Amino acid sequence: MSTLTATDSRSSALQQSLTRFRHRHASWIPVFAALVILIVMLVGAQLYFGNFLTPRVLSALLLDNAYLLILAVGMTFVILTGGIDLSVGAVMAFTGMLGASLLSTGLPSAIAIPVMLLVGAAMGLAVGVLVLFFDVQPFIASLAAMFAARGLAFMVSLSSIKVEDPAILWLQSTRLQGAPGGFYLTPTGIIALTVVLVGALVLHYTRFGRTIYAIGGNEQSARLMGLPVVRTKLFVYVVSGLCAGLAGVVFTAYTGASYPLNGIGTELDTIAAVVIGGTLLTGGSGFVVGSMIGVFVYGTIKTVISFLGADQSWTRISIGALLLVFVVVQRLIVARSSRR
Amino acid sequence: MKTVLKHRLFWPIAALLTLIVINTIARPSFISITVQNGQLYGPLIDILRNSAPLMLVALGMTLVIATRGIDLSVGAIMAVSGAVALTFISGSSDPNGLPTVMIAIGLGVLVALVLGAWNGFLVAIVGVQPIIATLVLMLAGRGIALLITGGFITTINSEPYRFMAQGYQFGLPFAFYVSLAAIAVVALLERRTALGVLTEAVGINPEASRLAGVRSRGIIWGAYAASGLLAGLAGILYSSNIMAADANAAGLYIELDAILAVVLGGTSLMGGKFSIAGTVVGVFTIQTLKSTITFLGVPPAVSPLFLAIVVVIVVLVQSPRTREHLTRLGRSIRRSSAPKVEVAS
Repeated sequence: MSTLTATDSRSSALQQSLTRFRHRHASWIPVFAALVILIVMLVGAQLYFGNFLTPRVLSALLLDNAYLLILAVGMTFVILTGGIDLSVGAVMAFTGMLGASLLSTGLPSAIAIPVMLLVGAAMGLAVGVLVLFFDVQPFIASLAAMFAARGLAFMVSLSSIKVEDPAILWLQSTRLQGAPGGFYLTPTGIIALTVVLVGALVLHYTRFGRTIYAIGGNEQSARLMGLPVVRTKLFVYVVSGLCAGLAGVVFTAYTGASYPLNGIGTELDTIAAVVIGGTLLTGGSGFVVGSMIGVFVYGTIKTVISFLGADQSWTRISIGALLLVFVVVQRLIVARSSRR
Repeated sequence: MKTVLKHRLFWPIAALLTLIVINTIARPSFISITVQNGQLYGPLIDILRNSAPLMLVALGMTLVIATRGIDLSVGAIMAVSGAVALTFISGSSDPNGLPTVMIAIGLGVLVALVLGAWNGFLVAIVGVQPIIATLVLMLAGRGIALLITGGFITTINSEPYRFMAQGYQFGLPFAFYVSLAAIAVVALLERRTALGVLTEAVGINPEASRLAGVRSRGIIWGAYAASGLLAGLAGILYSSNIMAADANAAGLYIELDAILAVVLGGTSLMGGKFSIAGTVVGVFTIQTLKSTITFLGVPPAVSPLFLAIVVVIVVLVQSPRTREHLTRLGRSIRRSSAPKVEVAS
């Protein structure tokens, strides 16, 4: 009898602490779910292939998706405020083209790279101005920016431009070894990880970051609290544009050339990665770290499919299916919490 | 004059006419229509013919946007329906037989209808945001189309199928009749029955219309299904035009053109009021613009830039803030006239 009550109380205590954990860290649960999926996928791939979890594959996972990681951080900022930015892939292509053509005219990379970043930020600013000062829906404003950037990319050149600038190529070709087990990094990987780190720090430890969460939670309340809603949202689009510009630099280094058709569909991959990483599309809930996990999930699917030798069309189908599962789960979570 | 200016189709039609006039001045042959073997030819006829897929997709998009949604998957659905139809024809023993082609078209459109219904299920029943629900299919759809065609570009040789997009009937391109029929059906259903009013009610406030007894779920579901069906038909036309199923290129970016056409036609993306006539005008405007851009010798790849400029101008004109400024400007110019309360239409 007594043992029964003991187990009873113990299990209820466990349950209580579980419930408490769920309540306190409710917004982290989707991130954990994504992490679990990532680990299951990695372990499953290792069991299936036997040679999946090698330092080479894992390093490549980060370096092949460095540009996507940078885009995902910017997109996380935008989605947290309840907006969306469809222009990132095209802006990445445009800044890449612009940079490559500037470099080919003999301009040093010390000038070309800042120009790329500035142009990216300016495109973001244009989207933000349309959204905030003319009440254009973010979807439409960023759509226009996407059209514009894609057209501009083709205006720079209709064909691919090879990049021969040593500084840009150094970003990708240098392999920084030294980690135990033969893991390696390139400067592009370091840039991507730095962006993730800075993004996470800004979101959690600055006024700007807290305002973003407040706006995403309830814009009206944020406004009434006297938070600088307009300025913050404007800046969020600039951040996304800046990230797109940086992704342009990294992607150019990655491919060693710039092509105006680069990054078609990347905006959707980015949104998918951010959503899989647990950021709510309605805004207000999500983490940069989650987006990083989302990018890794995307990258792992891509790698697994190339390991299988299967058609790359399966990547799209799996991403679509995974996105669906996550959105439905999110929907259930939101429906549950709003009923409470 | 005031009533003409106030009519909500005034600006869309003005834009279209302006484009046509500019084109005619730049190249007088633009409005010339020649008759050969009883068939009409000319740039304007080409615009009628080439606009058919976009017209179908934009009509569906109008219905979806009227319910305050958006359908990003139309291009992918086009790719799938074309892939299904062409795979069926290339696998059949009689690619030139009319029954084969009819079955192929039926299959393609049926699959598209199912995909549209799937979108509608996600949005209306599960309650997923329209952008994301259709994004899923947009991502996965082209993959599915690639699987159907086995990763290749399936090409076929079938006269009846070619007729869909390239044939002529009574002097006009057959594709134009297809889009005409679609316009008529959608307009009759939406404007001669209560469906249109109910759709607008759902778009303005889904919750309130549900409480008022409108079956909002069914209407939203129906809108996505219709959008899928029309996109499927557009996919048939597209694949018939090139006689190939290209999973990567079919309907690429057409969702954006369709959204632009709908917005140009004066339908607000916020849902509620919609205009089918406006969408028709919007589609012709975009097609004329594309033809203009090609004529100007701009590489087709750069044309998105011009579309972007048009989008920005249109949304700025539609923006309440710009209107406010313009009204204030207008008032300060004719300060003598009596102040008048502007009612947003």
